Amino acid sequence: MIDREQVLHVARLARLRLDEAEVETMAGELSGILGHVDRIRGLDLAGVEPTSHVVQLENVLRDDVAWTSLPSAVALASAPEPFEGAFRAPSPQADAD
Amino acid sequence: MAELEAVIGLEIHVQLSTRSKMFCGCAVSFGDEPNVHTCPICLAHPGVLPVPNEEAIRSALKIGLALDCEIAPRSIFHRKNYFYPDNPKAYQISQYDVPICGPGRLGEVRITRAHLEEDAAKTIHVGASGRIHGSAASLVDFNRAGTPLVEIVTEPDLRSAADAADWARLLRETVRQLGVSDVNMEEGSLRVDANVSVRPAGSTELGTKTELKNMNSFRFLQRGIEAELGRQREVIGAGGRVEQETLHFDPASGDLTPLRSKEEAHDYRYFPEPDLVAIAPTAAMLAEARESLPELPAARMARYEAELGLDEAQARLLAGDPEQAGYFEAVVAAVGEAAEPRVVANWVTGDLTAALRASEDAERPEAGPLADLIGAVASKQVSHAGGKQVLAILVADGDADVAEIVEREGLAQIGGDDGELAGIVAAAIAADPDAAQQIRSGNGKAIGAIVGAVMRETKGRADGGEVNRLIREQLGM
Repeated sequence: MIDREQVLHVARLARLRLDEAEVETMAGELSGILGHVDRIRGLDLAGVEPTSHVVQLENVLRDDVAWTSLPSAVALASAPEPFEGAFRAPSPQADAD
Repeated sequence: MAELEAVIGLEIHVQLSTRSKMFCGCAVSFGDEPNVHTCPICLAHPGVLPVPNEEAIRSALKIGLALDCEIAPRSIFHRKNYFYPDNPKAYQISQYDVPICGPGRLGEVRITRAHLEEDAAKTIHVGASGRIHGSAASLVDFNRAGTPLVEIVTEPDLRSAADAADWARLLRETVRQLGVSDVNMEEGSLRVDANVSVRPAGSTELGTKTELKNMNSFRFLQRGIEAELGRQREVIGAGGRVEQETLHFDPASGDLTPLRSKEEAHDYRYFPEPDLVAIAPTAAMLAEARESLPELPAARMARYEAELGLDEAQARLLAGDPEQAGYFEAVVAAVGEAAEPRVVANWVTGDLTAALRASEDAERPEAGPLADLIGAVASKQVSHAGGKQVLAILVADGDADVAEIVEREGLAQIGGDDGELAGIVAAAIAADPDAAQQIRSGNGKAIGAIVGAVMRETKGRADGGEVNRLIREQLGM
């Protein structure tokens, strides 16, 4: 079972702000998902290959060829307050507090 | 208290020198204007899809094979989730439980794994009082974001700071010779972090480790580890306990400062990257990677010791420099039976290196002339001192003929056969009766004065051993 503290911990890692009602809903839904996984665990799965992807493809690769990148002005067009050609982001130190 | 032994493991990030990034076609570059190599993929715009660079996969296979790693028949990418300005997707594409390269070994150190991932952007933190008015901020340049990296992780098999630095040098030389990275620590294309702990000597349990970052040269790596080992021994010696933390080494002050606690940030919530399918190296890819491997330093060193009889220091020195090693082998071949490979190694790493350093215009001679010279000295046609004079002329004039130089400069060794050397020795003894008397009365050191006089008279053309023998003979000893 996923308890309230675990929901808040994961929410903090994901930078999600949840109100009390949402915390309760999430605790229930996440517990339901893990409960389902536990039911699968109860099955005899010897010889079943683990699935890491729903598409049965391998080695979808590209050649090592450089393309033309965006002009820097275009790359920065939607950035608030760029500074000397750089994106400006809030300081992670401030974020941690 | 029992002696505390050092236990060190390394984590090495190697930036691959591909033309384009790991998951998009933006050029891999260093030192350009900020944000000129970006696109919607490496800027993490919505709706884009990464596609792995085949050359990066091939490079990772080469590194894996060079480190004797088990190559995973099928490996997958994972998302490593964290928030930071250098990481626009809020996750880094990396590998987790099924890396492309599994356990291996380089020299004495076991490799845990080597996996592929993408580099982060470069950030500069600017304080509130800095160049920007107002609040503190991070300035972000995404040119580096998405550059392919191979992260190599070792087992904690190193037992001293010096060994760790030596092994890191061996790793760098190995990767360099694969031609897959510039491996430049100052520019950050090779980054070495160290996991350091101590434990009572003889114990098999691991102590609490700390992680050291920011050591951008091998010297700093060694100094940083030494400083941290000292700190841990002091903490334990005072009855304290080492805390698990990440430390930043300041090479200027030698200080180790803890990075802000990120215990939560280690909860990366890895999950399989749904945008990418598995990597399953084909037989052809593996064969190509295997065939492209040059003889690597560790193998070359072992061959020099086992087959050519070099001592460990000589073998390491030569094997670490493929260009010089190639030259050494050419000289060994040209010398043939005339001298031992060990003697050739002495000339190449000793006298020749010194002669090349002595003058800016000096050039390394062809293998043939150096082989002739080594043969002439080995067969005592020329003394070692005379040989050095010939070498000085050879490095100034690369294709010169050794026999001609010896003839022209009158450097042919004066042997004992025709009596010329005996005559010079007799004259030197006659000129210094004091020294002669002292030698007779048992003062062995006094012989140096007479040997020196003979060498001056012969301009170094005499063999020192032969001169010593003649002096003793003439003094009736």
